[in-house]
Amino acid sequence: MTTLIVIIGYLCLLLALGFFSNKLFRGTSKDYFVASHSIGPFLLLMSVFGTTMTAFALVGSTGKSFERGIGTYGLMASISGLVHAAIFFLIGIRLWAFGKKHGFITQIQFFRARFESDSIGYLLFPILVLLVIPYLLIGIIGAGKTIEPVTAGAFPALFTNPTAPQWLGGVPPWLTGLVVSLVVLSYVFMGGSRGAAFANTFQTIVFMIMGLVAFVFIINALGGINNAGKVPARINEKGLVVQDYQFDKQKAQLQANEPPKPIGRVINFENSNLTDQQPHFWREPVTVEFKKKIPKSGELVPFERELGIPFITFVTYLFIPLSVGMFPHLFQHWLTARSAKSFRLTVIAHPLCIMVVWVPCVLVGAWASGVLPPGIPPPAVLSAMLNLLVGDPILIGLLTAGVLAAIMSSLDSQFLCLGTIFTNDIVIHRAGENKYSDKQIIFIARCFIVVIVAVTYGLAMLAKNANVFDLAIWCFSGFSALFPVIFAALYWKRTTKQGAIASIIAALLTWLYYFHESGYGGEYMVGPGIVPAAICFGASAIVLIAVSLFTKPPSEETLDKFFPKKSEL
Amino acid sequence: MGKATVWALFIILFFLHQDFWWWEDSDLVFGFMPIGLAYHAAFSVACACLGALAIRYAWPHDLEKFAEEK
Repeated sequence: MTTLIVIIGYLCLLLALGFFSNKLFRGTSKDYFVASHSIGPFLLLMSVFGTTMTAFALVGSTGKSFERGIGTYGLMASISGLVHAAIFFLIGIRLWAFGKKHGFITQIQFFRARFESDSIGYLLFPILVLLVIPYLLIGIIGAGKTIEPVTAGAFPALFTNPTAPQWLGGVPPWLTGLVVSLVVLSYVFMGGSRGAAFANTFQTIVFMIMGLVAFVFIINALGGINNAGKVPARINEKGLVVQDYQFDKQKAQLQANEPPKPIGRVINFENSNLTDQQPHFWREPVTVEFKKKIPKSGELVPFERELGIPFITFVTYLFIPLSVGMFPHLFQHWLTARSAKSFRLTVIAHPLCIMVVWVPCVLVGAWASGVLPPGIPPPAVLSAMLNLLVGDPILIGLLTAGVLAAIMSSLDSQFLCLGTIFTNDIVIHRAGENKYSDKQIIFIARCFIVVIVAVTYGLAMLAKNANVFDLAIWCFSGFSALFPVIFAALYWKRTTKQGAIASIIAALLTWLYYFHESGYGGEYMVGPGIVPAAICFGASAIVLIAVSLFTKPPSEETLDKFFPKKSEL
Repeated sequence: MGKATVWALFIILFFLHQDFWWWEDSDLVFGFMPIGLAYHAAFSVACACLGALAIRYAWPHDLEKFAEEK
């Protein structure tokens, strides 16, 4: 119960921040959508970083490392440090410059002007909404999965149908999702993009500090930094995956299992050199058969899991971080910058911030393989580790608030962005700039945000058991498939309207095909382990180049507008 | 150092990311950090350094001026 009170206190603090940012709100639609281009370097870094690090970063990375080991970091984090920073530099600053010069608020306004086409906006709008929704879902699902384990036992008479038997009485995911949605909705409603930037900065600081505090407590519980390295599951001489340790919660102490506890069996162990290896600490793929308990019947059923990462998968994952170039919510954050110089801190510090958040999470996920049952749902690994290893309920509450902070700092930007593009690219674009007053424009944006929150919440309840990491990868894959369009729009004069539209359609069709093949959100690889994003990207790029070369180039007037002659780039 | 050098460093970093040479190595660095993870953490620091070099030697001054012009 104490844990829950701390979490509620944190949510109240966020609402107070929403009221505060509402006081600074200038009442204009430009202030609501892009904070009147007034955001400086630190707020820009925190809001961009907080937006890109969602449930995916904390809950998803820990869960994925629990499933596949430390390769999770290279797969997503270190390559993102390189690719994201390059995109901020090459695309973010350029888009900010055109946005400021020509008064764009949304990505679609830029594309409409660059390609001299209204229809590209109507084509892009539903696609952007379709792709942002999985991103929103992971936030709500991740929040639900985090709160239930840490509040287990708080209301045993009230919440009698837990996701796992040991979480009886915990706050159920449907209630957590509802509360988180309403809190985010409240401060976005009040403060717009300025409120989101303040809340993101506050929440990013909270989740980074709390993440490090959690890491220190987990290390101490595992017997110190050097002992923690011995904890992950190990393969013994018979090919069994064993846990050498268990955590005695009553004594708050790590104890050796005598003999080691078998939890799984390596498939095709013969003639391998796997004895005494800790498969979560390397990246060579190893297939293991584990068993998990069915919550309702208590029956043990076998399941297979591939630990490690195939090299081809690792290489082709580079296409995933390209998605940030097309995130509409990130575009909106870029436009809030006061000047191009505001980007400098983000370009340098973003890879370091990723490292500070991801390295502890990936280590905790690998260590968890040695003390948690293998059948635990991956999104619940982080909170299960906190619950098992950190005894103090106040501290667990603060650490959980940190996880919620990471989740909400993305949800707010995404909700706001959808409201912004609907209002500007559909409503105002059709009705004309002078039809609505500023007050009415903000009202329309707020109404659309409420609708999107309600739809997202409903979908999250339907997909409540989805894997947070995999669902996020599908969202990123869709955006990275659209990356050739933004890159070509900025750097290739010959890109035509027809080429861009054909490219968007090719990206959508290939993405939908693979998404369907994956069973709508599961982990899916093509052939020897190629991520679908690589193929979607390739198809989109080839179609863009081919169609552009066979169609009429843009007018000189448009080219002069978007390719200023004095530019060095 | 100019833009070409910054681009060359970017491409070198991209290749250094594919560290197949430590794929089957689970040795620990400093007694707790698997070598594959320690390498990629160092890679993140290298990315930050590259960002600093890009700002120093490849900053788009003309674009900045273009945006600020009324």
